[in-house]
Order: sequence, then structure tokens, then C-alpha cells
Amino acid sequence: MEGTAVLGRLTWRVAEIADVRTETPTVKTLVLDVGGWPGHRAGQHVDVRLTAEDGYQAERSYSIASASDGSVVELTVELVEDGEVSPYLTEVAGRGDQMEIRGPVGGYFVWDPRVGGPVLLVGGGSGIVPLMAMLRQRAAAGDDVPARLLYSARAWDDVIYREELEAMRGGGLDVAYTLTRSQPDGWTGYSRRVDAELLRKVAQPDVARAFVCGPTPFVEAVASALVSLGHDPGRIRTERFGPTGG
Amino acid sequence: MEALTLDGNAVAGLLLEVFGTEMTTAHGVCAGCGASDQLGAVRVYRAAGYVLRCPHCEAVLAKLVTDGERAWLDLRGLRSLQLGD
Repeated sequence: MEGTAVLGRLTWRVAEIADVRTETPTVKTLVLDVGGWPGHRAGQHVDVRLTAEDGYQAERSYSIASASDGSVVELTVELVEDGEVSPYLTEVAGRGDQMEIRGPVGGYFVWDPRVGGPVLLVGGGSGIVPLMAMLRQRAAAGDDVPARLLYSARAWDDVIYREELEAMRGGGLDVAYTLTRSQPDGWTGYSRRVDAELLRKVAQPDVARAFVCGPTPFVEAVASALVSLGHDPGRIRTERFGPTGG
Repeated sequence: MEALTLDGNAVAGLLLEVFGTEMTTAHGVCAGCGASDQLGAVRVYRAAGYVLRCPHCEAVLAKLVTDGERAWLDLRGLRSLQLGD
């Protein structure tokens, strides 16, 4: 019966791909133009809906990578082999293609400037994406709250947003990398998994808010290590990445 | 099923549709162990629908299934739900 559906309070909007950027061999950023976009907070998500020609639909949740800026919404997507949605988004979709998105959604894993600092961001792999939205928002707002990013990746070529992160350093932002599988010649960063010993060196002693994002085992290990070092669990926000069926 | 673990952030859109308000910051109390967590922090397993589990005792907090128009909720595992941050 018309009018009885409880779902549909959130509007699906048409998003058109304005540009595609290659971040790493398996990661792309889709720059979307979304008419009527209401703006978003750093750390929020969108749900993406793709509809096949036969009507089959698939939905996935993606973190927004960009700071709020008019009708532009950037999504950074990592290819999940055998996935249903990410192979299309990373290998097929191109400028001018359309998809549906709804959002922004989420309020738990969100940078709230009122909390103050220092802020600790710990990202594993593509878990950097919502943390990058936070750093971009911080930069766009001219916010000088002290922040430190610890970014764990397998190798230097897997580091997403490398050049932008290098350019962002300073002005109260520290960036530390750990490369867990291979390191380039002359590497002076860390080369181990994130554990209590590494966090003891990197984490500020008086963290007002910590954001930890990455694969589930990474997030569990980092969050429990932070607690073991005496950080207040109430100040730690976590977000676990798939595999989501990609 | 361990590999399919996500957390409450991944179902923010679905919860917002069902409840009509932002739910990842809502506090839920586990009927099993009594722990209170924001829904963004609970474990979520994705199958035919979504199963929300307590991050402390693994008890099922809620089950959600939707067909796009209707939604089914089983909230037996939540002793209470506090909306608002």
C-alpha cells in the first residue's frame, strides 16, 4: 500500500562522477558532484547504491574522504578482490557515470572541534580515509589543535594521500608512518606492527580524543594497547573496516 | 564469520532510516552483561540481515532485516536504548 513503507526517510541522491584519481595501484578516489548535498562532518559516511540493468541492487557504506565543500563529495575506494561493488567503482566507473548515494550518516566516529586536543589518529591501510577527512577539515578550518597521525601500511607504495600528507605536516600536525611488509632504502620511519611499545613512543600522553580506523584485528589491537597504556577508553573512537563483501 | 565483523558505523544509514534519528551515538545496554556502549562501537555481522553483538560478551543485542520497504527488528538483547549523545 502506498504510504505505508517505513523506510525512505533518507533521500537517495544522484551523484555524478566529476573526476577519478588513482591513489595507489588498488585504490581510487571518486570525486562526486552531488546536487543538493547538505554538507557533512569529518568522519561521516555515505551509503552507495548501484543498480544493474536487470534491477539488481547492491549497497555499501563508504567513509567520506573530503572535508565539506559545497556539492563535492570524495570517496576513496580500495579494490576488494571478488567484491561486488568495489571492482566496479575502482576499475569501471569513470567521469560522467552516475550512482545513488544517501547521507551523510554517522555521529560516533566524527571529529568534533569542541573536544579540543591533542588528537591522535591511528589508521591501518584504507582506514586512513575518514582520518584524512578529519585532517582536511582541520586544515580547511585553520584549526591549530595539536594532532598526530600514525599511519600503518604494508609498503610505501600503498600509502594513500602520500604527497598531501607530506605537505600538511607542521602547524601542530605530526605524521608518523610504519611500513609493516617492506621499506624503501634509507627508510627512517617505523617498520613494525602497531602495538603498545610503538604507541608508547607515538601517542601523546594527554590525548583528548583518539580515532582508530582499519581492519578489525588492527582496530582491536590498537584500542586495547591504548587502554593498556592508561588512555581513557571513553576517549577512544573506533571504526572497523570490512571485508564488507566489497 | 569473524572475517565479516564490522561495527555499528557501517549500519548508520539503515539505523537512521529505521529510527528516524542518528543512532551511532545512542547508548545501548546489553541485556546479557549490562555493559553500555554507543551503537557505533558494537560489533556488526553482515549476513542476510545485520546482527549487532555486544563487544564485551558477544551476546546478540539486535537483529535487523530490511527488504527496502519494510524493516524487521529484534531488540531482545538490548535492556535499554538511550537516544541522544
